[in-house]
Amino acid sequence: MLSLDVHLRRGGFARHVRIEEDARIVALVGPSGAGKTTVLNAIAGLLRPQSGRIEVDGRVLYDSARGIDLPVHRRQVGYVFQDARLFPHLDVRGNLLYGRHGARGQERRFELDTVVDLLGIGALLGRRTANLSGGEAQRVAIGRALLSQPAILLLDEPLSALDEARRRELIPWLLRVRDATRLPMLYVSHHAGEVRQLADAVHRLE
Amino acid sequence: MFTPEELTTIALSVRVAALASLGALPLAVAVGWLLARRRFPGKALLDALVHLPLVLPPVVVGYALLAAFGSQGPAGRFLGQFGIELAFRWTGAALAAGIMGFPLMVRTIRLSIENVDRRLEQAAATLGASPWRRFFTITLPLAWPGLVAGAVLGFAKALGEFGATITFVSAIPGETRTLSSAIYGLMQVPGGEAAIWRLAAVAIAISLFALLASEWLVRRQRGPEDEP
Repeated sequence: MLSLDVHLRRGGFARHVRIEEDARIVALVGPSGAGKTTVLNAIAGLLRPQSGRIEVDGRVLYDSARGIDLPVHRRQVGYVFQDARLFPHLDVRGNLLYGRHGARGQERRFELDTVVDLLGIGALLGRRTANLSGGEAQRVAIGRALLSQPAILLLDEPLSALDEARRRELIPWLLRVRDATRLPMLYVSHHAGEVRQLADAVHRLE
Repeated sequence: MFTPEELTTIALSVRVAALASLGALPLAVAVGWLLARRRFPGKALLDALVHLPLVLPPVVVGYALLAAFGSQGPAGRFLGQFGIELAFRWTGAALAAGIMGFPLMVRTIRLSIENVDRRLEQAAATLGASPWRRFFTITLPLAWPGLVAGAVLGFAKALGEFGATITFVSAIPGETRTLSSAIYGLMQVPGGEAAIWRLAAVAIAISLFALLASEWLVRRQRGPEDEP
């Protein structure tokens, strides 16, 4: 599902990263500073590699040799950030529905009611984002990403900002998303337990 | 309490300052956004040009406007073809006041856009929002208090503008004699003190009202986000 071969340079950091994975749920692991988030950002288009090629599920997102560099908003990449990044000026429903323009003329796989049920966030819909717990915010962030009709879900250590109890609470929800949506997922983590439970394959960055 | 003449002066000043600040606002937002979010060759030059009215003698700005927009000037002749005349008109006073207030507006707006978390804009992009949609649905709503503050600052500056205005459009009663030039004129006349104090009081009151109104607007914008 992911074919990535890029040269990354960011400040003093220069890496050649190659990932070839057919598995649907891939965990990206490695020590701090190895560049896991950088790889996610390159796939999302938030960061331009020096050169290389990125292909997701048969769609070429970036190919320096052929001059292809899709802008971020056209890549159909659902990104769940470590810090949720919910929009403070919108309520939960407003956040969830923000990406609904994301897939024009395309088959809509995810609708609000389905996603709300999947993540158990029905009671939160009218709330302001400042009044959500860490776990609730992450579930809303996942729902928001799903509702933008992505072709792949990128998750950047979504549980690391949470305490142990919240983490244990959230893992079942992640498993539900994995099983119910059949979406390819690239999951960055340095928590072995999460990785074991969620992933079909593990790619290690040194 | 006020003579008809004074009321005309006050109404004219408010009209000029409103046109100046509201007219300059879209450009100030565009320039403020450019300086806040983009890197490009010549950025330092743009920044300097924007600040020029802040450091140049106002009379120089007024004279430059006269040279450009006067009936013999290039801009003046171009606009004259459409029947638009700015020299010695209240619209010209608005142009002068708008230019003088522009640097302050841009500074305030630029700062408030810089304070919008770029990571939120990034998140919006991953959700499929084009650059324009990100600007109108994320950047603008979150920078809104700064935009209001910038407009208010522009209004207050325009209200008090003197040097550029009197040079470009002179001080024609009912047309271009705003508060500042009216007060100045009254100082040349014996026994004008009472009138001066009345006009000065109006200037203070309007400015104070504008500042309080903007404060209230800013708080109202923030309010719903803080409610439980």
